[in-house]
Amino acid sequence: MLIVTELEKTYPTKKGGFTAVRDMSFTVQEGELFSIVGPSGAGKTTLLRCIAGLDRPTSGGVYFQGREVDGPPEDFAIVFQDYARSLLPWATVGTNVELPLMKKGNTAAERNRRVTTALAEVGLSDAVDKKPFQLSGGMQQRVAIARAIAYRPKVLIMDEPFASVDAQTRADLEDLVLRVKEETGTTILFVTHDVDESVYLSNRVAMVTRSPSRIAEVVDIDLPFPRDQIATKSLPEFARLRAHVFGGIRDMVHDTTLAHA
Amino acid sequence: MTTLTTSVSTARGRAVIGAAGALTALGAWFMLSRGSENVYFPALPAILDETWEYWRTAEGLRNLGASLTTLSLGLCLGIVFGVAIGLVIGQLTFVEQAISPALEFARAIPATALIPFAMMLFGVGDNTKIFLIALGSLWPVLLNTADGARRIDPTLRDSARAFRIAGFQRQAFIVVPAVLPRILVGIRIAIPLGLILMVTSEMVGAQEGLGFVITQAQATFQLVTMWSGIVVLGVLGFSITFAYSLLERVLLRWSDPRREDA
Ligand SMILES: Nc1ncnc2c1ncn2[C@@H]1O[C@H](COP(=O)(O)OP(=O)(O)O)[C@@H](O)[C@H]1O
Ligand SMILES: [Mg+2]
Repeated sequence: MLIVTELEKTYPTKKGGFTAVRDMSFTVQEGELFSIVGPSGAGKTTLLRCIAGLDRPTSGGVYFQGREVDGPPEDFAIVFQDYARSLLPWATVGTNVELPLMKKGNTAAERNRRVTTALAEVGLSDAVDKKPFQLSGGMQQRVAIARAIAYRPKVLIMDEPFASVDAQTRADLEDLVLRVKEETGTTILFVTHDVDESVYLSNRVAMVTRSPSRIAEVVDIDLPFPRDQIATKSLPEFARLRAHVFGGIRDMVHDTTLAHA
Repeated sequence: MTTLTTSVSTARGRAVIGAAGALTALGAWFMLSRGSENVYFPALPAILDETWEYWRTAEGLRNLGASLTTLSLGLCLGIVFGVAIGLVIGQLTFVEQAISPALEFARAIPATALIPFAMMLFGVGDNTKIFLIALGSLWPVLLNTADGARRIDPTLRDSARAFRIAGFQRQAFIVVPAVLPRILVGIRIAIPLGLILMVTSEMVGAQEGLGFVITQAQATFQLVTMWSGIVVLGVLGFSITFAYSLLERVLLRWSDPRREDA
């Protein structure tokens, strides 16, 4: 349903162009959680911005349900890596979550219900009237997640969403993502640099190289659903997949280190 | 010395030092003009007496009221149009490119140069004054608003685009609050400009108001009255600026609660 073909993104810089992503091709199936793992600076955010329609690729394209993405599609929602600045500092948590719902002819009651549910899901029911600056970084990130969930997108794009939350919250939010996918059938494109997280959450994991990045390998994660933080992670298959992905990433980092030496 | 430097860095310290300076200046004026026989520089108590007397008469109040009405109407018009046009220019690149040179030219013309034209258009009276005040206060508001709208945080802009927040919602919930600090800067510059234009236009193109009283008193050699008009003008300018700075603080803290001290 979401097809990326030969996508290349070159940023103009003073010393000529800088190619962050080169020749990237993959297809995300409807209802799957597809994650992209790679070292930092690999061009993951660049890739997501092109897929989300926020930037145009230099060449190649992105197709959603057969149509080329040339601007942010109606059915996508994003959780930005830079979550703190993606929230409105002057609006309450409730308004931040509600604002994207205001068009589309949603009634006030319906919007209210969705905001309440989404905030309850991320454990922030009490914060509805607070301003973002009154919340910790991890809580702000949960607001950004609540905003995306309340929007009920067909495709949910998440850019390293759990990078700044503590371990327990992180585990809870991972399970929330799995639950949303299970209950709503949302297709999720998930970027992380955490190998365990990608294996635990995904149907498939794509490993990307350093920039100019391309896909080194796509790994099928045949672990049973529903997943469980303890049971799933103690499966021998989990350990094997984790080691496999981890090895792939390490080799990439080493390759470039050697190449630079 | 250390206490002096620390007090400069706190708001209360600054207020105390400022008040001390103002009192010193007032004291100096009082001493220097004491028992003055010079008609051009009457003694301060005489001026204050006249201020207290004249500006409480029906005529004095009518003139004060005329000035305040035209000033507030002119500033309101200038601010409303400045913000509206500034938001359009700041968000639509092609509009900006199309009218930017014309705008640079137009704003280089001092509003006072248009007094004869305004009088021709509106005659002698309130409308001329309002037009000039509005025109003069328009520019700082417009240019600051446009610049602010161009510089909205890219992440904020992206999240608005990603969630397709557009139209009225985008303007009301995202753009205006984001640009508000710059709008406030524009208004802060516009207020003294408005005062200058108010007095100037009253001096040449009106039959009432503070500026009219001042020139009229000068022409009839009532120099104490002239000075009292100047004192009222000073008090008026100071009060408006002070009241505005309080409002500005509240609004700034609302628009960016993270800022330490607005
Ligand atoms: N707007 C830009 N202009 C120039 N270079 C950029 C820009 N955005 C990102 N880059 C560069 O592209 C590379 C990939 O960045 P990014 O997509 O943010 O990587 P990741 O999200 O994987 O950490 C980095 O080397 C970064 O410096
Ligand atoms: Mg990134």
